[in-house]
Amino acid sequence: MATINFGYSINRPRLIDIDRNNLRKSDEILLEMPELQTCIGCGTCTASCTAGNLTDFNFRKVHTLVRRGEYAGAYEEMNKCMLCGKCRLLCPRGINTRGVVMLIKRKLGDF
Amino acid sequence: MKRANWTEYQKAIADDKYYYARSCIRQNFYPGSEKAFLEILHKDLGRDIFDDPLHTSCTGIGYHSDIVPLETIMTVVARQFSLMNDAGYENFVTSCITSFGIYTEILSTWEEFPETEEKTRENLFKATGREFVKPKNLAHTSDVMFHFRNEIAGRMKRPLINARTGEPLRVVEHIGCHYAKIFPSKGIGGSEFPYVLAGMIESWGGNVVDYPERRHCCGFGFRNYLVQANRGYSIANSHKKLESMAPYKPDFIVCNCPGCTMFLDRWQYTIAEMDGTTYGDDGHGIPVLTYEEMAGLVLGYDPWELGMQMHQVDVEPLLDKMGIDYDPSAKYLGRNGKYIGKPEPAAVNCSSQNNTIYDIKM
Amino acid sequence: MKKRVAIIGGGVAGMQTALRLKRTGGIEPVIIEREEELGGKVRNWHVLFPTFTPAGEVLGALRSEVAAAGIEVLTGEEAEEFTDRSVKLRSERTIECDAVALCSGFTLFDATLKEEYGYGIYDNVYTSADLERMFSEGRVAMADGSAPRRIAFLHCVGSRDEKVCQRHCSKVCCITGVKQAIEMKRLFPTADVFNFYMDIRMFGPGYEELYREAQQRYNIHFVRGRISEASPMMDGRVQIKSEDTLTGRPLRMSVDMLVLLIGMRANDENGRFADKAGLTLAQSGFMQSRDLFLGNTESPRPGIFYAGAVTAPKSIGETLNEGFTAADRIAEYLGVK
Repeated sequence: MATINFGYSINRPRLIDIDRNNLRKSDEILLEMPELQTCIGCGTCTASCTAGNLTDFNFRKVHTLVRRGEYAGAYEEMNKCMLCGKCRLLCPRGINTRGVVMLIKRKLGDF
Repeated sequence: MKRANWTEYQKAIADDKYYYARSCIRQNFYPGSEKAFLEILHKDLGRDIFDDPLHTSCTGIGYHSDIVPLETIMTVVARQFSLMNDAGYENFVTSCITSFGIYTEILSTWEEFPETEEKTRENLFKATGREFVKPKNLAHTSDVMFHFRNEIAGRMKRPLINARTGEPLRVVEHIGCHYAKIFPSKGIGGSEFPYVLAGMIESWGGNVVDYPERRHCCGFGFRNYLVQANRGYSIANSHKKLESMAPYKPDFIVCNCPGCTMFLDRWQYTIAEMDGTTYGDDGHGIPVLTYEEMAGLVLGYDPWELGMQMHQVDVEPLLDKMGIDYDPSAKYLGRNGKYIGKPEPAAVNCSSQNNTIYDIKM
Repeated sequence: MKKRVAIIGGGVAGMQTALRLKRTGGIEPVIIEREEELGGKVRNWHVLFPTFTPAGEVLGALRSEVAAAGIEVLTGEEAEEFTDRSVKLRSERTIECDAVALCSGFTLFDATLKEEYGYGIYDNVYTSADLERMFSEGRVAMADGSAPRRIAFLHCVGSRDEKVCQRHCSKVCCITGVKQAIEMKRLFPTADVFNFYMDIRMFGPGYEELYREAQQRYNIHFVRGRISEASPMMDGRVQIKSEDTLTGRPLRMSVDMLVLLIGMRANDENGRFADKAGLTLAQSGFMQSRDLFLGNTESPRPGIFYAGAVTAPKSIGETLNEGFTAADRIAEYLGVK
């Protein structure tokens, strides 16, 4: 059918819909690195991040989104990491943050 | 559904002698509804309700769009109350949900801040020379209809039952945000489980559909709709609701807010024309009714007398379900049989629009 | 002649206070308990955080000690009002005494007040207390009897919430949520469990460790965000909405069971007690201690003492300790060494 142009379109919801997201990759990531689940969102990683101080890269936010099944753009985001390892030195939960970067890149190269 | 807690939110609703304040936009969108309300109260229920030509808009749309300042709207509202007093009434009923929200909010503000009330009293006197009075009782017209739901049920000609299957109709009720989200205790049933429309539906034989996005706003939002660039956001809210209710296959939607009725109805057309999605039976839309129209149908009023030809989504499938006799050829004949024009065929509508007597006339 | 102390409330605080008083040899405690048996709220709990100790073990030990010590217990009796020298019961009976220990604990928050969660309206919305009952009965299931595949816990229901006049933190719900999430995961290993929280407050020994275990070992998801509403779905499940505040985006999901971690609120009768005995209430409605540091178990009135959650939400361990402290203060006050 011919569609009418009304000068606007239906905004797409920006919510995280856990029912629609496929959590398989997220589960795989957490199975390989269960410690990632212990993140308490303190933000020390992002505060100390070499890349995050110069770009909008936010390691904490990206891996949290990945855990919720929001994979789009995660690989590209993780490419911004310089792998300097400062965050790993500081993480109070002892998460191997550099390992998380590599793991997400390995698992989500296709997204 | 177990709605035990609605009984905790009751309010006093006057039983007779109402001063009626109309809505600005309903008279254009659903012109038969306010007339039907007055008729039902006068003729069916024998109540005294005064439709005063002197009253004005409450200026709510201007207020919510940041055009009318608070002091101004308070003075306008004080004038309406003063007119009510002149006419010899004490019970104010308003046809619009946003007006109801505004009247409620202003009365509470005056209660809470006597100095603001004093200022309004002064402003009213300066502007109009009128005497400041407050109503004894304030209600929305849907509250009044709710109040008489059992009396109406006693005179019911067409219950909300599918005449073909004998099953209760599945009805989605949608309450305007300004009805109870501002002051939950001023709405029947509160804000989470409003009962004002549900009570009518249940009393008249229908079943209320409780779907996940029931409490979500229709998306009108005044300035969010008034600016064309923002309409994508407005329509997305109705879209979200329609997506959520569609699996329950509702027979119709009933609203108590002018904006919601309009948007849930008109946006169905827009969505269908934008991406081809429809939500009702046979690839058409879900009819959207005002509560006056619902009451009118239940009491045996003629659907065209109720102004139901003005809906975007055709109501004929619902009329057929309820077993209502109507004259398809009279749909677009207004007062005195004058042809009022008809809309172009649209995806949300049924075939009743194709080639009727009007086309021959023209 | 022995001194007599009336203990209002026969939960863990009352029993512990009575036991310590009795052991002084110079004091005869009498426990006034509203229910038909001793034990208070702990009777309805299955296992206790953070060790998963059966609640019955703790209660059993206290009850048998109370019985062995020959402490006088009045069950089915409710205190109407009291002073430091007498307790008037609802049954019109009056207990004369030399001091009073108020150990009447708390009231569980009524989850129906948070209407947006539909407790009592939607079938698969439960409270933490309901869940404990199900654990005790040995049958945890959705309303239709099937096993849940996705469970959400909501922290802070009736706590830190001005809308229901409960501004205080109930303190123990965080760890209860962690404990119950683990129990659910043990019962339903393939289920996904989500905890929605505003803050996680792990104040006690072993709590943080248990929280970490819940995350790492049990793969329980913690989402920082408060659920804004729950709605019914066609199949009887529940749709919930919150913000995932750590990503700054709204989040929506359906769950098979929604468990509301209900808070501890002050007893309604606290106000009446305070009026009659000349005591004061804290802002939260709990009884106000004479001093939060040096007089925690004392009221501002000589001869009236407090133990346990009557002054604020407390864990069972803290409550038991307060029983000892209160008893020691009472003995001191009565000149019994």
